Amino acid sequence: MALLTVENLGIDIHGIRPLDGVSFSVDKGEILGIVGESGSGKSLTALSVIGLLPLIGGRILRGSIRFDGIDLATLPEAEFRRLRGRRIAFITQNPMTSLDPVMRIGAQIDQVSMLHLGLDARAAQARSIEIMAQLRIPEAATIYHHFPHQLSGGMKQRIVIAMALAADPDLIIADEPTTALDVTIQAQIVDLLVELVRERDVALILITHDMGVVAQTCDRVVVLYAGRVAESDAVAAIFERPRHPYTRALIGCIPRDETAHGNLTGIPGAVPSVAHYPAGCRFHPRCPRRGAPCDHIVPVSAAMDGGLFACHFPENSGVAR
Amino acid sequence: MTAATAPHDHFWLTFRRSLAGKVLLTPKGGVAGAYLLVLVLIALTAPWITPYPFDQQALPLANRPPSLANWLGTDEFGRDVLSRIMYGARTSLSVSVTAISVSVLVGMALGAAAGYFGGMFDRGVTAAVDLSWSFPEILIALILVAIIGPGLHSTMLAIAIAYLAQFTRLTRAQIMGLKGETYIEATLSLGASHGHVVFRHLMPNALAPVIVCGMLATGDAIILEATLGFFGLGAQPPVPSWGAMMSSGSALIFTAPWIIVFPGLAVAITVVMINLFGDALIRALDIRANLREG
Repeated sequence: MALLTVENLGIDIHGIRPLDGVSFSVDKGEILGIVGESGSGKSLTALSVIGLLPLIGGRILRGSIRFDGIDLATLPEAEFRRLRGRRIAFITQNPMTSLDPVMRIGAQIDQVSMLHLGLDARAAQARSIEIMAQLRIPEAATIYHHFPHQLSGGMKQRIVIAMALAADPDLIIADEPTTALDVTIQAQIVDLLVELVRERDVALILITHDMGVVAQTCDRVVVLYAGRVAESDAVAAIFERPRHPYTRALIGCIPRDETAHGNLTGIPGAVPSVAHYPAGCRFHPRCPRRGAPCDHIVPVSAAMDGGLFACHFPENSGVAR
Repeated sequence: MTAATAPHDHFWLTFRRSLAGKVLLTPKGGVAGAYLLVLVLIALTAPWITPYPFDQQALPLANRPPSLANWLGTDEFGRDVLSRIMYGARTSLSVSVTAISVSVLVGMALGAAAGYFGGMFDRGVTAAVDLSWSFPEILIALILVAIIGPGLHSTMLAIAIAYLAQFTRLTRAQIMGLKGETYIEATLSLGASHGHVVFRHLMPNALAPVIVCGMLATGDAIILEATLGFFGLGAQPPVPSWGAMMSSGSALIFTAPWIIVFPGLAVAITVVMINLFGDALIRALDIRANLREG
């Protein structure tokens, strides 16, 4: 039994249904990538798992989220709060805005361990400085007393990661942790996260729109499109033989050496908005392989060689177009 | 030489960068700060430093113009105007500062709760705020004093309630803007309670504009207190207040103008200084820049 298993998750936000039948699982020591373009439901999936959907007026409509034997979909808020930060930690998208501007960063890390581990101020400070040092923050004891505006973006993201680690969680959800950072810093942060998973044996859900990052770091990957799972598989397998045309298109978007002398590849069109999801397969208006059933029959998820995909005309599967 | 001056330089640098330094080292903030400091000291030490007791009457010496013995003249009972103005600072400052402090505290609590939780409570608070917003503060204060009865404490209460809407509305708006910030979501995602989020994160971030607004409202409150005193609704005789002094001087405005002019100047200068200090505070806190960044 995996540490976290999400099955057939559907949510409702003020009458719209941005997630429809999302399933995945992640275990300790494993990195699961959730990929997709903006608007595909990645962040909403994260919010569902962390139980913060009510914050944006949403609720879980159906499906289950099982974390270590606990059903998070029906867990009362008071109990969920004890879990948040303690066993499931969340790393937000933009480190520039994820820290309270008027609170010293040390105090912000301290509050997590004081809240969840019951440490006193002195023990919390010692713990925070230790974690900061582990995250290779130079002069941690000095930085501890700084305010967020005195730090660079990469350093802020390390502080956000330190906050996530402060109570020693089992599962970390990182929502595009590198999107707002310089390219040079991105690699450092990603490496840091990978190292954490291997050393501490935690589960990591890495939400990203960058297939390149997935290829470098993840063990398995879930490709989301318009609130549904297009395909999920081990990373090696998905890069070797993508079945869903959308997966192939995403992989095609990774810049390569030969791109230097040509144009970057894109996917024509955009993810449809929640209010205007097309019938049938939601990718069909942008799909190069679409056929007769695609615009009115929703493809069912099919399993093949350990992977799952939802497509009428999958690639690399012997199904003729 | 350099080694000896280093600690002093360090202190100077720290001061210059601190909020107090940023306020007091500007011309406005420095002058206003010095004036307010002297005024507070006078108010605190009035019983020991006034040239005469505030209630020492000497009818033969009534309505004397300013002289060496009575720098600002004497009133219709022969009491020293300067001594009474110094005592009046006690009344004026204590009433306005207490009233505005209460108003800020209650207004922040109401505004934060309304802004953060929303719903019916928010609608109720907003309706009450809008209702009281549509009356001038002076009218609200007059009605309240009429209900509770005149006196120092009812003046404080009336002023506190008259300014409540302002701070409630300001705090509510601040909190509503701040609660969408990523760091609030981040804090919640780490298991913080709503109380923790409101008191440790939202309130401190919303504080700066409320402090400035409170500072400026203190100036208005001094005028309001003087107005209530002028109508005989504030501090009751023989406790001196600037408003009451002007009221008694109004009958003698042509024969002994100093009785009304000097307390009036005290009110005017104090309010101007508080406003200058507030201006300096706005610049030092860089509130507009803060609001721009969210």
